Amino acid sequence: MEFPQLEYLRRRRCDSAVNTEQKKLTQTPLLKIWVPWMGCSLNRRRGSSVPQFCNSPTMIVMVGLPARGKTYISKKLTRYLNWIGVPTKMFNVGQYRREAVKIYKNFEFFKPDNEEAMKIRKACATAALKDVAAYFSKEQGQVAVFDATNTTRERRAIILSYAKERGYKVFFVESICDDPEIIAENIKQVKFGSPDYVDRDIDEALEDFSRRIECYRASYMPMDDEEDRKLSYIKIFDVGSRYLVNRVQDHIQSRIVYYLMNIHVTPRSIYLSRHGESELNLLGRIGGDSGLSPRGQKYANALATFIRGQNIRELKVWTSHMKRTIQTAEALGVQYEQWKALNEIDAGVCEELTYEEIQENFPEEFALRDQDKYRYRYPKGESYEDLVHRLEPVIMELERQENVLVVCHQAIFRCLLAYFLDKPADELPYLRCPLHTVLKLTPVAYGCKVESFFLNIEAVNTHRERPVNVDINRNPEEALLTVPEHV
Amino acid sequence: MRGCSSRAKLAHGRDTAVCMTNCPTLIVTVGLPARGKTYISKKLTRYLNWIGVPTREFNVGQYRRECVKIYKSFEFFRPDNEEGLKIRRQCASAALNDVRQYLTEDGGQVAVFDATNTTRERRDTIIQFAEQNGFKVFFVESVCEDPDVIQENIVQVKLGSPDYTNCNTEEAAEDFMKRIKCYENSYEPLDEVLDRDLSFIKIMDVGQRYLVNRVLDHIQSRIVYYLMNIHITPRSIYLCRHGESELNVNGRIGGDSGLTPRGKEFGKKLSQFLQTQGISDLKVWTSQMKRTIQTAESLSVPYEQWKVLNEIDAGVCEEMMYEEIQDHFPLEFALRDQDKYRYRYPKGESYEDLVQRLEPVIMELERQENVLVICHQAVMRCLLAYFLDKTAEELPYLKCPLHTVLKLTPVAYGCKVESISLNVDAVNTHRERPEVGISLEAHRRAHTHPQEDGSVWPDMAFSPRAFSSTGCTVQASAFLLTHGVNLTPNPQHSKHPTRK
Repeated sequence: MEFPQLEYLRRRRCDSAVNTEQKKLTQTPLLKIWVPWMGCSLNRRRGSSVPQFCNSPTMIVMVGLPARGKTYISKKLTRYLNWIGVPTKMFNVGQYRREAVKIYKNFEFFKPDNEEAMKIRKACATAALKDVAAYFSKEQGQVAVFDATNTTRERRAIILSYAKERGYKVFFVESICDDPEIIAENIKQVKFGSPDYVDRDIDEALEDFSRRIECYRASYMPMDDEEDRKLSYIKIFDVGSRYLVNRVQDHIQSRIVYYLMNIHVTPRSIYLSRHGESELNLLGRIGGDSGLSPRGQKYANALATFIRGQNIRELKVWTSHMKRTIQTAEALGVQYEQWKALNEIDAGVCEELTYEEIQENFPEEFALRDQDKYRYRYPKGESYEDLVHRLEPVIMELERQENVLVVCHQAIFRCLLAYFLDKPADELPYLRCPLHTVLKLTPVAYGCKVESFFLNIEAVNTHRERPVNVDINRNPEEALLTVPEHV
Repeated sequence: MRGCSSRAKLAHGRDTAVCMTNCPTLIVTVGLPARGKTYISKKLTRYLNWIGVPTREFNVGQYRRECVKIYKSFEFFRPDNEEGLKIRRQCASAALNDVRQYLTEDGGQVAVFDATNTTRERRDTIIQFAEQNGFKVFFVESVCEDPDVIQENIVQVKLGSPDYTNCNTEEAAEDFMKRIKCYENSYEPLDEVLDRDLSFIKIMDVGQRYLVNRVLDHIQSRIVYYLMNIHITPRSIYLCRHGESELNVNGRIGGDSGLTPRGKEFGKKLSQFLQTQGISDLKVWTSQMKRTIQTAESLSVPYEQWKVLNEIDAGVCEEMMYEEIQDHFPLEFALRDQDKYRYRYPKGESYEDLVQRLEPVIMELERQENVLVICHQAVMRCLLAYFLDKTAEELPYLKCPLHTVLKLTPVAYGCKVESISLNVDAVNTHRERPEVGISLEAHRRAHTHPQEDGSVWPDMAFSPRAFSSTGCTVQASAFLLTHGVNLTPNPQHSKHPTRK
């Protein structure tokens, strides 16, 4: 049962006490959201591009023996939720432990009869929980991912009661895996590089870590179908071969389950590229649906050569519905899929204008965009925030797929890149995505390796830095300071 | 994913159909009688068709009813009834044959094989059949032991079944319970260990718990997501358009205008209406366009704005009257009437695009309980088509008049619809499907324009000669227009009346 937006209700009650007749609507200048005019309370009104689905804060609690992918899942989930606009933070209890016990000696710390260590570990969990509470109450967080083994029913009960007292929802994510190969691979990928093992050689580290796992195994109580039937959780078996899902309470939990069921760990690479240089690019005009310039066509051919040279297994190629990406893909000579969701950001009334023309005709809009480029929506157009919303199915499908080449556009590229490289909203619209450059992203350990390939074909620069003066009353020279050169 | 399945139309017209599924998929339901298998089958079929995946369900019980004209009693289903078993096996085979036909010859992508399939033996037969034909198999098992839920199922859908037309309620219920018993002894549920190589979802206790095994591809992942979001808690969905807008009254499409006085009156009446309905915990959703928000403001309750509920983007035709579109873009206007569902306005959208962007709304509507959606004509048509299982051909012509609320209440296998006009006058914005000539020569077509009094006035004849001879696709039309293809309308056109 979801509760109504309490904050919203409170405001409404105040408003109706003050003014009972129907209020005029005005459109907020930045987001282009229609809101009732409420004088000075206008800017406090929550109006956003996407519906808000979180009411009570949610704690996602990881469960599982060491080396079962809990931190991998925590980081990935946190990255995904933040990208779709749900403020999320991860709390790794191991980190707290490393801060409390500066130097890690060996697995003996984790022995169940080590009272001293037990005390420290419990204190660390408590400290992490306190930080979770602070994140929710003081930092407007909506989801906290509590990353620890949480292998005993007792520990989970403590978390549940802590959450219940404060009105947080709890969703458990348990990872169960007994495949020795997978566990060995995990250990290799992320444990050897851990601060705990910085001074050990590989065999020592492996031996110690295996004994660490054994310390937990004896007291491990997995989530139980019967005993835990009232709890909300997902159990992931064997890296996604099987899932057990119990009592999904709300929208965000449903999205989390969907996401977790679509990710995989099979090695693969994602290639991101913009279309080749277009006619409108040359003229310094934004948007539109023009074809490739001669240099752009050259790039398409170079891209084909590059891709062939990469010897990629079963590559899928995706484009938008716009001529320039399709022309680029055509040069590859392979099948490709068109996604309307990959179309460039709609600049509305500014479509096909140069920045100079935008400054001349819509100076206020131009300034607003520089003030908050992520949330700014073009009149009759879109914002980066809108883009992220429409790209979510693309990201979901990218997670499902293996080797993919995405031929897209500047703003789209920035949004996708921000997802893979965990860039926040204020950096996203300024990520550098030059023409004629392919980015190869390869998931590794907890993140993504990035390789950049410039295919040696000149192109105009379309990147506009944020100017220093973003005030509505700035003069045109200041506004146009960072506009890249064009014909 | 809609984007994946759209046809890759290239500039020179080569048509490469790209499927999101590589081979067709056979969804096989599993479960004792009265566990919601047919409910799930029908709902899933409806959803998949709506998002553009050609799907059909094959209910073996139907085949049995055609074979054995008159149902006598549960004895037919007794495990020792050899005659009965023979017939039932034949029916399953006949159904599978039709599945093969649908998936290999009739362009189907998903077939839902709705039967109890409670024995491993039967399921093995199906798996073999699928392997021989290159179909992927995905099992959907419904397990439920809650007697209240089973009782409710029986009341809602079994008592009205053709099998029980001549029985009274008690007789029917008793017979049906005995029927269930016939299956219970031989029921072998899908097993985590024995069936670990199969792809399946086990739904337990109407969605409290799910076991999902080996999801193989995109479509199976979407099916799982959908099944995990639906529920059977009674509730109603209210759909309505914004109140009459300024642009409506001027006969213009699109735009972002405010309400007329009559439109505001509708807002007030809507608020009163909702109060009489006494709905618990109603969620209100609007688009991000002024007219829906103004309408919601009259309700004095919190509401959520969804950008994806915005009206269809008419691109270059935004804020034009149909007459102006005809004057400036006669080719486009004709193409739209040829295939209103797939036609995309230049720099705008199609109904097909709308369905894709509305999918998250549908998913959330499935999750929610009582919801009022204040939206727009094209959007409302898409949502309505989902709930009432209308085809792509019918969708763009569904009637969604202003100042009328549709109350949809899920019941049995479908949706009860109540249409409530709130008695506030408004212009009619519905344009009927014009008659489309099929000759390659110049053909006349009657344009129909809606009138204020609700009547429909056929007035203009139109001959799109140039369009018919090129045989171009709708996507290519934008290129035609920008390359200077000019069409002169037939001089026989009579002047159409202007509307206020």
